[in-house]
Amino acid sequence: MSGSAALPLLVLASSLLPGLVIFFLPEARVATRTMLNLAGAVLKLALVGVMIWGVFHGAHYEIRLPLLPGLDLLLRADPLSMLFVTLSSFLWLVTTVYAIGYLEGSPHRSRFFGFFSLCVTATVGVALAGNLITFLVFYELLTLATYPLVVHRGTDEARRAGRTYLIYTIAGGALLLVGTVWLYTLTGSLAFTARGFLSGLDESRHGALVLIFVLLIGGLGVKAALVPLHGWLPQAMVAPAPVSALLHAVAVVKAGAFGIVRVVHDVYGTQFSASLGVALPLAVAAAATIVYGSVRALFQDDLKRRLAFSTVSQVSYIVLGVAIIGPLAAIGGLAHLVHQGLMKITLFFCAGNLAETLGIHKISEMNGVGRRMPWTMVAFTIGAFGMIGAPPLVGFISKWYLGLGALEAGQGWVVWVLAVSSALNAAYFLPILYAAWFKAPAGAWPAERSFGRRETAWALLVPPLVTAFLVLALGLLALAPFSPLQWAAFIGNLEYAP
Amino acid sequence: MPPLDIPWGPLLILLPLIAAMACFLWPRRGVPLALATALAVVAGVAGLGQQVLAQGGQRHAVGGWGAPLGIDLFADGLSLLMLAVTAVAGLAVSVYSWGYFKADQARYFWPLWLFLWAALNALFLSADIFNLYVTLELLGLAAVALVALAGGAEAVSGAMRYLLVSLLGSLAYLLGVVLLYHAHGSLDMAILAERVTASPVAGVAMGLMVAGLLLKTALFPLHFWLPPAHASAPAPVSALLSALVVKASFYLLLRLWLDVFPPASAALAQLLGLLGAVAVLWGGLLALRQTRLKMLIAYSTVAQLGYLFLAFPLASVIGWRGALYMLLSHAAAKTAMFMAAGNILRFGGHDRIVDLDRVVQRLPLTITAFGLAGVSIMGLPPSGGFVAKWLLLEAAIRSAQWWWGIILVVGGLLSAIWVFRVIGYAFTRAGMPHEARAVPPAMEWAALAMAVLAILLGLVAPWPLALMEIGQPFGGEGGG
Repeated sequence: MSGSAALPLLVLASSLLPGLVIFFLPEARVATRTMLNLAGAVLKLALVGVMIWGVFHGAHYEIRLPLLPGLDLLLRADPLSMLFVTLSSFLWLVTTVYAIGYLEGSPHRSRFFGFFSLCVTATVGVALAGNLITFLVFYELLTLATYPLVVHRGTDEARRAGRTYLIYTIAGGALLLVGTVWLYTLTGSLAFTARGFLSGLDESRHGALVLIFVLLIGGLGVKAALVPLHGWLPQAMVAPAPVSALLHAVAVVKAGAFGIVRVVHDVYGTQFSASLGVALPLAVAAAATIVYGSVRALFQDDLKRRLAFSTVSQVSYIVLGVAIIGPLAAIGGLAHLVHQGLMKITLFFCAGNLAETLGIHKISEMNGVGRRMPWTMVAFTIGAFGMIGAPPLVGFISKWYLGLGALEAGQGWVVWVLAVSSALNAAYFLPILYAAWFKAPAGAWPAERSFGRRETAWALLVPPLVTAFLVLALGLLALAPFSPLQWAAFIGNLEYAP
Repeated sequence: MPPLDIPWGPLLILLPLIAAMACFLWPRRGVPLALATALAVVAGVAGLGQQVLAQGGQRHAVGGWGAPLGIDLFADGLSLLMLAVTAVAGLAVSVYSWGYFKADQARYFWPLWLFLWAALNALFLSADIFNLYVTLELLGLAAVALVALAGGAEAVSGAMRYLLVSLLGSLAYLLGVVLLYHAHGSLDMAILAERVTASPVAGVAMGLMVAGLLLKTALFPLHFWLPPAHASAPAPVSALLSALVVKASFYLLLRLWLDVFPPASAALAQLLGLLGAVAVLWGGLLALRQTRLKMLIAYSTVAQLGYLFLAFPLASVIGWRGALYMLLSHAAAKTAMFMAAGNILRFGGHDRIVDLDRVVQRLPLTITAFGLAGVSIMGLPPSGGFVAKWLLLEAAIRSAQWWWGIILVVGGLLSAIWVFRVIGYAFTRAGMPHEARAVPPAMEWAALAMAVLAILLGLVAPWPLALMEIGQPFGGEGGG
């Protein structure tokens, strides 16, 4: 009991401790830093593997520390948290390798990797939080730990982006705090419970519960970039590529989306959310975000900004999935939590490679880049087709389940949203692919660096290839045990099975 | 009874007092004397804490010391908490000052600071309202002298204004004491608590005492003297003033409010809350407009003091706990912040915010201290400030006075904006690069230690919260 109870804590410590040590490492200790980073990431992944196995077989990992009178800091591994923990731990490993290659020779790497590890620690904390206050603590920690990464380059532009980022996220955090405290005064408990813990409350409280729902979703929606709370995300693109990859695929936006899943599933409960009448407005907000983000993405020439607006759109698939209130849609949304992470991180890695190797930042500069960097563009192409939802890639799996779920729940309008969104996805990704593969290069690249016979450094090339491979493989093997889809079904069962 | 019944209370007052005199006589021995005293006081507070934990509230009659005053020392959880904050912050400030002061200033700083410490400890241990007046006056005089220590026109005018305010505040308080003594024939708080009832005399006395203490605590609109005094003082002195001295008069007000004053004053409580709310907003807004770091931090103190007064209209145990936790974490965080500002000032020779010039890379420990302290000031988890904000919010919602909650949230946002404004400029290059001077490690580490403490307070909250309730200083009123 005692040994396994400590597992969630160890998972946190496996990135926290290396991070703290790295802060104090001199810049020149590259080998030590690299080793600490990789050792932490591998160890975390191994610990997560043990936990997955345990959770699947019904084990409980739980550890509490008293935080306030009557409230504990509670870390707990349940199937939903394992989905997010696994995603973050795996992508942390991949992104670490990428970041080591990307930042080679640049200044202030100890600071960068220190905060990078803190971000992952906070993300894992968000995933393992067993009650709302623990969630809140790690959610705010994540805000704080990502700020130095956004302003890492120390330019005035970075500082301004950092300010925008903070104004949004801290205001969001404040809403979440008020909602959490209010909920606590009504219930005296904040522990996440399958199917929620509020349905027993007296009807006179329902008005307050609706308001609290708005506060909580408002706070979480900032990080999940629900329109109109998304303004920080495109601006935060000034950060280095590994940070964009981490922010967009793993840490920040997912923490928001994950929080919304928690609130709907484990605080309010799906049935109670539906009867309270808050699920449909949430679904509509998500649908609006999906369409709006895609439309805005169409008009961006800056590659990272186009990807950012695409993220705004894609993350809301997750929200849409839980808000439809039906088992299949929930499975689609939860699986998309992992699927979108893999696809988007691939795309951001590729964008980073183009910028690092050839100095390409704009889509209009990408003509013919497929011949210069074929492997990078293969990975990019897989990611882009995944986003569009082409079978057999993971994006198709998500959209298929979302569509089926919507029909099953009698909400046919969602299928139209999905169709429009897919068409828009195609409209903003296919021209990029066409330009990259079929147009002739315009001449010299903006700022080319030579890597000998290779198209770019190994550390930059392997991560996107690995994630692109998974985009393909997890789509093909969606029905294999322990695939994200199967795990999502396992979670969906807890919420919906009779 | 424990085997060793050492009278820690009187020792905690005498020790710094004797050390102050020794420092005055042997100025060259100032540093070792003061550091030894600081450690001894920390140990003494621990000793007293053990007694209070074991036996509850402690009353100690000091024999043979000025009979008409009839000095009675009293320690419960609340006073113990204040003593502990003072001891820890005092130790850190002593270490910091070791690196900060050069010999010519040090010969005045150490005696004055130890004297101030003695006055603080005496204030937290007194149970007699006249005695409290004496400690309040001593405290004010020592603080004014410390402000003037910086020299220069700015510091001297700041100190003068501070002196007048301090005297005026004590005078108002003293008038209240006289009225109470005249009406009820006692100065002892416990006796007064039984005798004072709602009457015109008690009302006037209460008004005078509250007004005097508010002036000293710098509650809006009586805050005008604080920013210039706190900003122009030497950094360790600013830390002491913001962290401890203004809190002492708040502590006294709280004691009188809870124990002595008749509990009829709901309107006054609302007024105090309202002034506190305005202070939070006004201090926060003015902090945003400052161009100098120390001035900014001083205005943030005005805002943070406002939070303490939100507990009065909430009037529940949770609310008092929240306010006191705010006091505790603000003391730790603000000490760290002023120390960090002092380091930056020493390093670059100025504290203009837009010209911070990559302090992040060049003074990483200091900016970490500033950042961590900032986390607590803006009330983000995990930090003492977050615990305090949570408790106050909870009290506001439970008593259905949600508007105080809005103040808490908006105040937190305002502080977040200025904290990150400073940190943002610490990342960028300044237009004019300037020469850098070395900062002694003691100064950097002292700041970091206090900042880490402010964060740790967010993780050990149940313990101090239980401690402050020993002897039931909040009485049985308002179960929550």
